[in-house]
Amino acid sequence: MDLFASLGLQIIYGIANLVLISIGLAVIFGMMRVINLAHGEFLMLGGYTVIVSTNNGVNIWVAMFILAPLIVGIIGLIVEWTLIRFLYGRMVDTLLATWGLSLFFIGLITTIFGAQTETTIAPPFGPIFIGEYSSSGYELFLIVITILLVILLYLLLRYTKLGLLARGTMQSAEMAAALGISTQRIYSTTFGIGAALSGFAGGLLAPVTGVLPTIGAVYIGKAFITVISGGTAILAGTSSASFLLGGINGIVSFVVGPTMGEVALLLFAIVLLRLMPRGITGHFFKRSL
Amino acid sequence: MVLETRALSMHFGGVVAVDRVDFSLRENELRCLIGPNGAGKSTFFKCLSAQLRPTAGDVVIRDFNVTESETHQVARMGVGIKTQVPNVFDGLDVEENIWLSASQSTSIKRARVITSEVIERLQLGSVRKAQLGALAHGQRQLVELGMVLAGEPWLVILDEPTAGMTQDEVVRTAEIIQEINKSATMIVVEHDMQFIRMIAQKVTVFHQGRILIEGDMDEVSSDERVREVYLGHRRPQ
Amino acid sequence: MKRSQETNALILIGIIGLVTLFGVPLTLDLYSVISLTTAVSLAILALSLGLIWGFGGILCFGQTVFFGIGGYAYAIAALNLGGSAIAIIVAVLVAAAAAVFLGYFMFYGRLSDVYLAVITLTVTLILYSVIRRTSGPEYKIGIAKIGGFNGINVPPINYPWDVNKFLYPEDFFYVAMVALLVTYFLCVWLTKTHFGRVSESIRENEVRTELLGYDVRIYKLCMFTIGGAIAGLAGTMFANSIGRITPDVFNLYNAALTIIWVIIGGRGTLIGPVLGALIFFYITSLLGQQNVVNINLFLGLVLIIFVLVVPKGIVPSLVQIWVRRRSRRLTTHSARRMRRRGRSRVTEVAVEE
Repeated sequence: MDLFASLGLQIIYGIANLVLISIGLAVIFGMMRVINLAHGEFLMLGGYTVIVSTNNGVNIWVAMFILAPLIVGIIGLIVEWTLIRFLYGRMVDTLLATWGLSLFFIGLITTIFGAQTETTIAPPFGPIFIGEYSSSGYELFLIVITILLVILLYLLLRYTKLGLLARGTMQSAEMAAALGISTQRIYSTTFGIGAALSGFAGGLLAPVTGVLPTIGAVYIGKAFITVISGGTAILAGTSSASFLLGGINGIVSFVVGPTMGEVALLLFAIVLLRLMPRGITGHFFKRSL
Repeated sequence: MVLETRALSMHFGGVVAVDRVDFSLRENELRCLIGPNGAGKSTFFKCLSAQLRPTAGDVVIRDFNVTESETHQVARMGVGIKTQVPNVFDGLDVEENIWLSASQSTSIKRARVITSEVIERLQLGSVRKAQLGALAHGQRQLVELGMVLAGEPWLVILDEPTAGMTQDEVVRTAEIIQEINKSATMIVVEHDMQFIRMIAQKVTVFHQGRILIEGDMDEVSSDERVREVYLGHRRPQ
Repeated sequence: MKRSQETNALILIGIIGLVTLFGVPLTLDLYSVISLTTAVSLAILALSLGLIWGFGGILCFGQTVFFGIGGYAYAIAALNLGGSAIAIIVAVLVAAAAAVFLGYFMFYGRLSDVYLAVITLTVTLILYSVIRRTSGPEYKIGIAKIGGFNGINVPPINYPWDVNKFLYPEDFFYVAMVALLVTYFLCVWLTKTHFGRVSESIRENEVRTELLGYDVRIYKLCMFTIGGAIAGLAGTMFANSIGRITPDVFNLYNAALTIIWVIIGGRGTLIGPVLGALIFFYITSLLGQQNVVNINLFLGLVLIIFVLVVPKGIVPSLVQIWVRRRSRRLTTHSARRMRRRGRSRVTEVAVEE
């Protein structure tokens, strides 16, 4: 029983992890059909923000909940303003330009901080015990935060003016423009929020993974695949894809090993895409958020 | 019977775009499909060209049930298809566009001959080396018509062939269509009533996914229901 | 570009190619020759993507899949079978088979554009991930251990007619360069065949190609397979030039590089990607030896600038400028002649433009 609880926690953490690393990308993709390949670097920048500021005396909670999303959000706005806005509608060019951006950020951080890990920080919570098995308290914390985040986003999209404007623009940018909504401003804001979410996630995960300039590469593959498999509905898509892929990853990891778990996730995603080329929410739950 | 549909239906989620349509087309007919926007004409067209797979019912072309077929299979049978939005090769020139169509169905040598013939027939000689992307909309439609012709089809289906054309181009297209009709059976989906009058023999009126009425131009244009559907007139009580 | 201009360009390329082929081993030192051999193998990889993307419209983010499979298959075959020539053939066939398999899966599922890019990227990531972890002695094919992140050491390349006689690095340069030249001209020929023209039309407008009666799926599959085979060939050349094959060939960075070569060199031409790869190789070797500018920073900026400012790439942009200058000269010259001889030539010149 304790084993199940511990294992269950592991798997749920895996799912939450996928949601965390994908949500920022999903917001941007859902709104603008932009696939931001520099997404991994947004996560990385969030991680660096947290670790560097914490190591320099800033309170860890301030760093995680305020600094990381704020700084990366601003970086996101700058990126949108100088690069992304020229490439809307050009899907392939956006892929390529954001790839370039990704390399740029890696190079920049390497130049500033060097290629090795910054001293990492310890996770703020210790282990918790379920019977004989110890699980990470921090992982439990992250699960809770992820759930809260999804709820918060849902409320934002459903009940606020910004959320309504966003949903309208997502469904028909032309119509929104005809109603007098500045779609450019919506896009900029969305990109900034997406970046901020990624920075937030990266900051939260910093104690778990540490940071390297190249750590983005670890995230981008899985985030990318989760978002594409999920389809264009931001919350429903990311959640359902994370649930399926994270679940498969968790179960196979437990039965065979972590490597095969990763492979299973990737293979399953390929099959999923073959069967549902527009992602899960392109075929099911079409009207959801 | 060149083409038949039996209880053809196309549903998009909750929307019924085509509703149990029975349609038949005889040899050498020139049939016009008309109806207001949203009547289901273009959806019906796409079911015929196998660009959409119908939700229910059958499409039969010359005794072949093509309901489950792929578009290229239907085209290969000898069906020439022109879509509502011009589908041409913008980065290639006029000659290459038409040649690609011709070379699909015959040998390379004969393809060259056909290409020249088509270009002459449609008076496209002056732009034969021009890039499609640089031509005006009406000319692109004409080239697309040429591509259809180059395949030497015995059934030609056209979706709004005169959209965006000048008056002269419309007249020319009408002439071309009547000439094509001498060797091929045709279905023309259209909005432009003047154009329809130039070419129509039998007319099928679509409304809300069903066929409202079929008949020649006079019958159809004097029918009360058609007037109502197009113009929204209510019968005086 | 007019046909005669194009033929001239091809002849020029052929001449430069032959000069390089014979000139390099005579004039450059050993280290440079080996370096150049590696560059040539990467150029063949670039060519493969230039073909399927520039002409076929198939954006494959994971061309490194077939590059790596070619390299690994060569190493494994060479170790097991002993003969290099046959190992090359096996490797190319294996890479082609992989392309058929993956291609069938994607094209017959009517996956397009972005999703294609994602899936091919995913596959190369999977291969990187999995092969890296095959360090243990139990992972082997025949007598060849896969070797995990250390990779496989490739046996020295031998002559097809005498497996005990080995090629010197300079000799191997000939092999690689000939492979590049032959593959290049075969690709040029391919684009002029009916198959090539149809593939180009698929790139321009897939729907219309299908409406004309072409089964686009099989055309894309064939194009993709040819690209995979060429990439596999590049992999065999690469493995030989470096002396070993490691899982790094599959990584994200190399996958990105392949795309960058084609963009920078020029999508839509075949010589563009080849030049792109060669130029880039040269620049990155130079940069790798210094510490002032970080290489990722540089690559990233280059990619961004190219997408924004020179989206067509170097070669097509240069061609465009050259063609424009020539026709302008023609018009001014002809205009003067016209004024002297009368006005009947006006329409002709206008049409010629």
